[in-house]
Amino acid sequence: MNWRVGIVVDLRAETDRVASIALRLAGWPGHRAGQHVDVRLTAEDGYQAQRSYSIASAPDDAELVLTVERIEDGEVSSYLVDELRPDDELELRGPIGGYFVWEQSLGGPLVLLAGGSGIAPLRAMLRHRLRSGSAVPVRLLYSARSQSELIYRDELADAGRRGGVDVRFTLTRERPDGWQGYDRRIDRELIAEVAWPPAERPLVYICGPTAFVETAADALLALGHDPGRIRTERFGPTGG
Amino acid sequence: MLDGNAIAGLTVDIFGVDMTVAVATCARCGSHGPLAETAVYMRGPGVVVRCRHCDAVLAVVVERRGVYCVDLSGLSALEAVTDEESRIST
Amino acid sequence: MHISRGFHGRHREQADPGRVPPGQYVTSDFPVLSAGPTPRVSAEQWTLSLVGELDQPRSWSWDEFRALPREDITVDIHCVTKWSKLDTAWTGISVDTLLEGTDTPALHVLAHCDGGYTTNLPLEDVTGGRAWVAYAYDGEPLDPEHGGPARLLVPHLYFWKSAKWLRALELRLDDEPGFWESYGYHNYGDPWREQRYDGD
Repeated sequence: MNWRVGIVVDLRAETDRVASIALRLAGWPGHRAGQHVDVRLTAEDGYQAQRSYSIASAPDDAELVLTVERIEDGEVSSYLVDELRPDDELELRGPIGGYFVWEQSLGGPLVLLAGGSGIAPLRAMLRHRLRSGSAVPVRLLYSARSQSELIYRDELADAGRRGGVDVRFTLTRERPDGWQGYDRRIDRELIAEVAWPPAERPLVYICGPTAFVETAADALLALGHDPGRIRTERFGPTGG
Repeated sequence: MLDGNAIAGLTVDIFGVDMTVAVATCARCGSHGPLAETAVYMRGPGVVVRCRHCDAVLAVVVERRGVYCVDLSGLSALEAVTDEESRIST
Repeated sequence: MHISRGFHGRHREQADPGRVPPGQYVTSDFPVLSAGPTPRVSAEQWTLSLVGELDQPRSWSWDEFRALPREDITVDIHCVTKWSKLDTAWTGISVDTLLEGTDTPALHVLAHCDGGYTTNLPLEDVTGGRAWVAYAYDGEPLDPEHGGPARLLVPHLYFWKSAKWLRALELRLDDEPGFWESYGYHNYGDPWREQRYDGD
């Protein structure tokens, strides 16, 4: 798996802290929804830093999209969110990952549980589900601190109006006027409401900060779901 | 603390193939599951992979000047499927 | 090598080169590095022990430990991951104080920590005013993420030797490699001779 160089063709601010980077890559072999890439930055003096980012675009999207959250003291994330410009080059390798992937042939029903920037690989899965003509029923629960921190909010709300797709949001630090969604951290009751019962044997993908993932996974196990049908990906800082 | 997904690229460097779906068995407590589900600590002098159930060290990877030193002695087994389909995903 | 336009990395401070060991960058951050979950222990449960090759093993409860004569020190610290942090302020008990009045033929020390971490040092590197058991950083109680309630502090060696979550110092006649030492890091770890890895 070799390093290759992509060109930044678009940058979009998703929230105050989060940006989506669209890249064009010659010879990109394609990816499966849920996979990630490793990004490597090199300073002029040779100093290097490397991080992994989930691919937020669907397998058949024209451009590869990475959605990056600027984390405190993050030397790579602050560069990607604040400094990168169109036509810049970005070195990356991938696609990587055979565990946290969903494709329509795996069936469902599908439960997607996202915490914060963990929505990125799940958005790739959702887009794939919508584009592939799959009829697999899907339920997405997306937890964020506040409305302004919901990434891809309009796209997800639109998706939720499609047949067989149910999208719900929960905010953990805010309850805006007229808010129709949930307003608490995920817990067993919330997950029981959103997920199908264990008898339906849903495929569940959970992505977000470690605490979010563990709470969700523990809740699903306590509800009787098969651990073999639950896939988890924990996000967090990796810089030393 | 993350999980084995965070070292997927590293396993490609070391093993030549993504090992996150490989089943890892803890030499201390016997629990087993995909490497993707192990507890991974990356912010340090090396990568430490621990058993989620008993915290035992399963594997340690230290990079010294471009060479990976890999210790797998905490694993009693690491079983990877080698069919073509899983190769294509890397 | 592909250079990323405009990327500089973590902000690097300028510093007197005489204070920066070879291959190090200076930062004002204090990154948290770990090899396992952060142990949590209450003051009631915490003890610090001196064991091994000494006439009488010693042990202090948290209150007993805190009653010992303390020192405020400001030192530079150097992590093997290439980051140095200058003028870090700690409060702790000198290891000399802990050893006061003991008689030991030991030449080596193995530090034992909650969570199972260990590191080894020559006894002479933790005596003569070169090492402390620190319980406060920058005037505040040491955060569990940074090794609290108390950690070993040995600033003249790479910082992996300043073991977090310290619970015992074992005095030994022979040397026993600790955690990182047995995974390929240098047995001694002098940043000024850039002794990062076994064989350097």
